[in-house]
Amino acid sequence: MTTITNPLKRTKQGAAAVSTMRPGWFVYASLAVFLIASVFPFYWSFLIASGDRFTINDPNMSWWPGGNFLENASTVINNPAVNFWKALSNSIIVSTTMAVSTVVLSTLAGYAFAKLRFKGSGPLLVAVVATMAVPVQLGIVPLYILMQKFGWTGSIGAVIIPGLVTAFGVFWMTQYISQSLPTELIEAARVDGCSMIRTFWHVGLPAARPAAAMLFLFTFVTSWNNFMWPYIVLDSTNPTLPVSLSILQANYFVDYSLVLAGVLLATVPLLLLFMFAGRQLVSGIMAGAVKG
Amino acid sequence: MTTTTPQAQATPPQGPERQRMPLTWRQRLGRLDVKLSPYLYIAPFWIVFAVVGLFPIVYTAFIAFQDWDLVRNTGTYTGFENFQFVLQDREFWLSLRNTFSIFLLSSVPQVIIATFIAAMLDKNIRAKTFWRMGVLLPYVVAPVAVALIFSNMFGDRYGLINSLLNDIGIDSIRWHVDVIPSHFAIATMVNFRWTGYNALILLAAMQAIPRDLYEAAAIDGAGTLRRFFSVTLPQIRPTMIFVIITSTIGGLQIFDEPRMYDTNGQGGSNHQWETITLYLYNTGWGQFNFGRAAAVAWILFLIIVAFGLLNFLVTQRFIASDAGTAPKKPKKVTK
Repeated sequence: MTTITNPLKRTKQGAAAVSTMRPGWFVYASLAVFLIASVFPFYWSFLIASGDRFTINDPNMSWWPGGNFLENASTVINNPAVNFWKALSNSIIVSTTMAVSTVVLSTLAGYAFAKLRFKGSGPLLVAVVATMAVPVQLGIVPLYILMQKFGWTGSIGAVIIPGLVTAFGVFWMTQYISQSLPTELIEAARVDGCSMIRTFWHVGLPAARPAAAMLFLFTFVTSWNNFMWPYIVLDSTNPTLPVSLSILQANYFVDYSLVLAGVLLATVPLLLLFMFAGRQLVSGIMAGAVKG
Repeated sequence: MTTTTPQAQATPPQGPERQRMPLTWRQRLGRLDVKLSPYLYIAPFWIVFAVVGLFPIVYTAFIAFQDWDLVRNTGTYTGFENFQFVLQDREFWLSLRNTFSIFLLSSVPQVIIATFIAAMLDKNIRAKTFWRMGVLLPYVVAPVAVALIFSNMFGDRYGLINSLLNDIGIDSIRWHVDVIPSHFAIATMVNFRWTGYNALILLAAMQAIPRDLYEAAAIDGAGTLRRFFSVTLPQIRPTMIFVIITSTIGGLQIFDEPRMYDTNGQGGSNHQWETITLYLYNTGWGQFNFGRAAAVAWILFLIIVAFGLLNFLVTQRFIASDAGTAPKKPKKVTK
């Protein structure tokens, strides 16, 4: 008898608490281990980058940072082959232009696909979505030939132009607008005499703003980190940050304290962005998951 | 709005013209506005997209059948020669092997750990935002930077990993010489960057599971583990498939990490870690053979499509059967 009643009693208490109870130490311990594993490589880089060229070979290497980080960083910045400031400004220009253009063009197109009825909208949208699964490498050879023909290789225009739009951006905005903007609102604006563009401006745009902000962030991060295409189309005199990191490695492969100082320098801008917008990135990923 | 315009459109031909006449100009403008606006809104996107997105994809197919002359920037038709060469090239098959090996070593642990971390984040923890942001941190770091950090940690002679191994009495592993160790190191870079990202996607799916399912399961006597396997996993199945497929597509295209794994960037002296994309790069911009590179791009594309489909079928069946078999075993509630 006791064996039957006892579990029952316990489950009732447990059941009510399943979703509200505070978890035990195991949960926090697992998360903490994961978090440490995520942060440790950066700390390790800082250890090496704040030492000198012998730090890495030192069997008794200290777990406490040395004092040479700023010196190493300035060596990297002042090295003419690395072109640090040029790379930084190029990265800022490239990522900002690509993010702004993707957001503007995707919002316009997404609004049209989601809320306006026009001939061919179905097939056109399908064509966009279908290309999302196509790897970038498929178009890379013709794109290079195209850029060469126009004489754009070596300039950051050659990096920016292929990234002005993304199929994902249109898909994302179409999904969001069709779910979050009631068609009645658009009709009401039209009845009140708004032209199409005013309706877009005063009704469509405000509704699309949260998704647009997330699209901006993701496009910015992706283009900031993008390596293969800039690496192909740019040369060492006019690099973006990832490309200049590859130059740095080729130049200093013996001295890891300089290589990793450069890596940390190039990572700082995105870490700053993450501090301010990490929360939005998190909710963007989670929102996209439910819909996509 | 919708009811008035068709009437106006229907009546003018024979109807009382005087009433309609003053309106037509504005009406016509309005109708033009309605008809043209959608096209105007999608036009900027489509023009750019057609030039930089669609055209290259189509044109690759053309180039793949050409012997491309870089100086004149034209080609001569050579039929399937490029494909034949690639498919008979030992280096291609090695790079295919490497790609699959790295892909398996990265995606399998990644999905498992991501699911575990998502389940932890799904608990009613304190400081949710902190933990969620924490797991996402590696995602914002450039793969190139990650590759440089990890290729240092996996250094053959002075790397951190090897010295830790030595400390516990294990011989150094030649991370930059042997095939499987180099794949392991590169897979670690991929996992480092993407596991947290995928955990958040899975977390979103877990949060959409109705909480009363868990409570019902708990009343039926299911413990924490049992609730995870019998409620959580079946419920996040579609998202799981999504994560697996996206990581497949991404994993088969891996370039930055193997390229930066050593200073030569050729994928190792014996192609130990040369991936297909790296092979494509070496063909296109090492040997400047664009026709062959285009053929490699097409083969890669077909592999991705085939693998994506296969993946979809297998995971769907695997997870479906997993959800279907729920052996009824009485189990104690372990709190």
